Amino acid sequence: MSALDSKAEMERRPGGYRMHLMLCAGTGCVSSGSYKIKEALEHELARHDLTKEVAVVMTGCNGFCAQGPVMVVMPDEIFYQRLSVKDVPHLVEEHMLKGRPVEKLMYTPPAEKTVVPKMSEIGFFGKQRLLALRNRGLIDPEVIDEYIARDGYKALARALSKMKPEDVVKEMTASGLRGRGGGGFPTGVKWKTCREAPGKPKYVVCNADEGDPGAYMDRSIIEGDPHSVLEGMVIAAYAVGSSKGYIYIRHEYPLALERLEKAIEDAREYGLLGKNIFNTGFDFDVSIHRGAGAFVCGESTALMASMEGRPGEPRAKYIHTVEHGLWDRPTNLNNVETYANVPLIILRGAEWFTSIGTGDVSENPWGGSKGTKVFSLVGKVHNTGLVEVPMGITLKEIVFDIGGGIPKGKKFKAVQTGGPSGGVIPEDLLDLPVDFDQLTKVGSMMGSGGMIVMDETDCMVDIARYFIDFLIGESCGKCLPCREGLTQISALLNDICNGEAKEDTIELLEELSNTVKECSLCALGGSAPNPVLSTLRYFRDEYEAHVRDKKCPAGVCKALITYSIDPEKCTGCMICKKNCPQNAIFGEKKKAHTIQTDLCIKCGICRDMCTYDAVVVR
Amino acid sequence: MPRLKIEDLERISEQQKKAMSLRAGAGRVKITVHMGTCGISAGARKIMSQVMSCVEKSGASDIIVTTSGCAGFCSREPMITVEIIEQAPVKYVDLDEKKLNRIFEEHVMKGNIIEEYALAVGSERAL
Repeated sequence: MSALDSKAEMERRPGGYRMHLMLCAGTGCVSSGSYKIKEALEHELARHDLTKEVAVVMTGCNGFCAQGPVMVVMPDEIFYQRLSVKDVPHLVEEHMLKGRPVEKLMYTPPAEKTVVPKMSEIGFFGKQRLLALRNRGLIDPEVIDEYIARDGYKALARALSKMKPEDVVKEMTASGLRGRGGGGFPTGVKWKTCREAPGKPKYVVCNADEGDPGAYMDRSIIEGDPHSVLEGMVIAAYAVGSSKGYIYIRHEYPLALERLEKAIEDAREYGLLGKNIFNTGFDFDVSIHRGAGAFVCGESTALMASMEGRPGEPRAKYIHTVEHGLWDRPTNLNNVETYANVPLIILRGAEWFTSIGTGDVSENPWGGSKGTKVFSLVGKVHNTGLVEVPMGITLKEIVFDIGGGIPKGKKFKAVQTGGPSGGVIPEDLLDLPVDFDQLTKVGSMMGSGGMIVMDETDCMVDIARYFIDFLIGESCGKCLPCREGLTQISALLNDICNGEAKEDTIELLEELSNTVKECSLCALGGSAPNPVLSTLRYFRDEYEAHVRDKKCPAGVCKALITYSIDPEKCTGCMICKKNCPQNAIFGEKKKAHTIQTDLCIKCGICRDMCTYDAVVVR
Repeated sequence: MPRLKIEDLERISEQQKKAMSLRAGAGRVKITVHMGTCGISAGARKIMSQVMSCVEKSGASDIIVTTSGCAGFCSREPMITVEIIEQAPVKYVDLDEKKLNRIFEEHVMKGNIIEEYALAVGSERAL
């Protein structure tokens, strides 16, 4: 962050402070101790009664990592470098109280030698804030000591030595952390129920059966920082009173599995798993259970059935797994990202955690969405990748600032969140703050964090069909509404895409979707029609164009489109003609070409090949 | 490895920080190759072996080569981070072996950042 950015940041935070201390919270400075400096600063400021005049603000990286921890004092624009806790009392007294900058700690940033931007200036990184991914790209995931060097297992030590299990549960409830697997159930409430449930032994399970198309948050967390998940699980086990845990991980994640196995082995050797952890008398160990690739096994009851060796089919959930779960015992099931957040909350406290995010969770754990969420940002955006953002950031910021907007000058159409169970969100809702409740309100859901961006060339009916067909393949077949209903929904969608729909097809589709939603046994079926219902809600005109006008406005549904060549734009370069697999394009060199419609199979090769944008799809 | 007591965490942490930190004398340069599934599928293993052979050829003994997970920016893999002592780390993206050779010769050995391959300097905001 440059001095100018600091100024802008300061102006965004009025509140009558005469001075702002902009302390770097880049990963570099954090590892050299900037949070310790923050505590020391706050302590000293309070001692001098300056807390109403001077604010401490944590900022993004300012690119002077080698001099870290660095701090910029605004509005004076004075840089301090390599601060240590013992410098702080003198610094606060001299500069903040008496107004005399401390020269020996000052630093003059060198004149910019290069034009390489700073991480905080790159749109993709600038708006991210790393909690669950705090160690990404920084540690070797196969070296347990590197995790420990970044405060790893410190939270576990604190929980086991200084907190009662009830205190851990209380801290989690106060933090407002909600399940990152998609359900958004408050983690602390779940732990409390599990702790109080009668029956022994109790189990702690980690759901790493990440199945949404385009989503890979959990894989990346396990691959990049497996110990953060293990530490979270041990803390959970202590809180609920369990001594045995399982990680249910997809078979399709070989690298994640390899690193997890190594992590478990190392943690056992250090005695961080096993008997008498940290000599506190607490026992806990973890085994890995590999899933066989069924989407429905991400659902809690199906997951547990599969672990018991039965077919991965859900059961009705009026009996909660937290009371009657694995082998009918109380079972605490959380997702990978949820566990990765746990050590931070124990170490930094619930109060810190609740300073990030939306709403108020002090009375009601459902009252807001706290912390961050990791999304895998994919589809029609410039920058695809894994992004972790504070709750409450707008969709627009994610798609345009972080994602860098839509490639090839195309127009944004919608963003799909929540995977097959989620829904689409159209352009006029781009200012929506992203949190559990807002997304649900507009007919989508947080889900596990897949975020697929779509542009004007994506047909919404076709998208709905894609997700429904995915879910037909993944439906376990136990209950009729999901098994048969989805097949019928798919048939209706096919009719619409093929131009064979009748006037009442849309109504029938809507009715059927609502029936499946209401009558299915588990969450998979209950949310399966969401892609249809949400596209209908926001893009009904597109459905109507298919049915009434027999047109696909996005130019996707083959039965409803024709390819032609714009004679004005065509230069007669012959490229399309040479590449047409059907030999359906006619014309001479340097003269406008034509497509013979009855030969054309609408494969789109000519459009992809044409450099003059002359192939028209209508 | 012995079983840990709570006091051991601080000791391991300090030792490991020294081993990882250039400022604490771990070396002059640290090269991190980002090897998540995304990086590996984009060719990070090749980049890794190329880094190793560059280091070997140069005969330098003050270069630390290490791996890490995905750095988040999956569409720009393979990616490495080069950190020279007393300087902010630099992230290089969209790498191939040819680009890597140049980065090694110019940046790692002579200290000149190759602007056209670099994405950014500095680090991300944590916590």
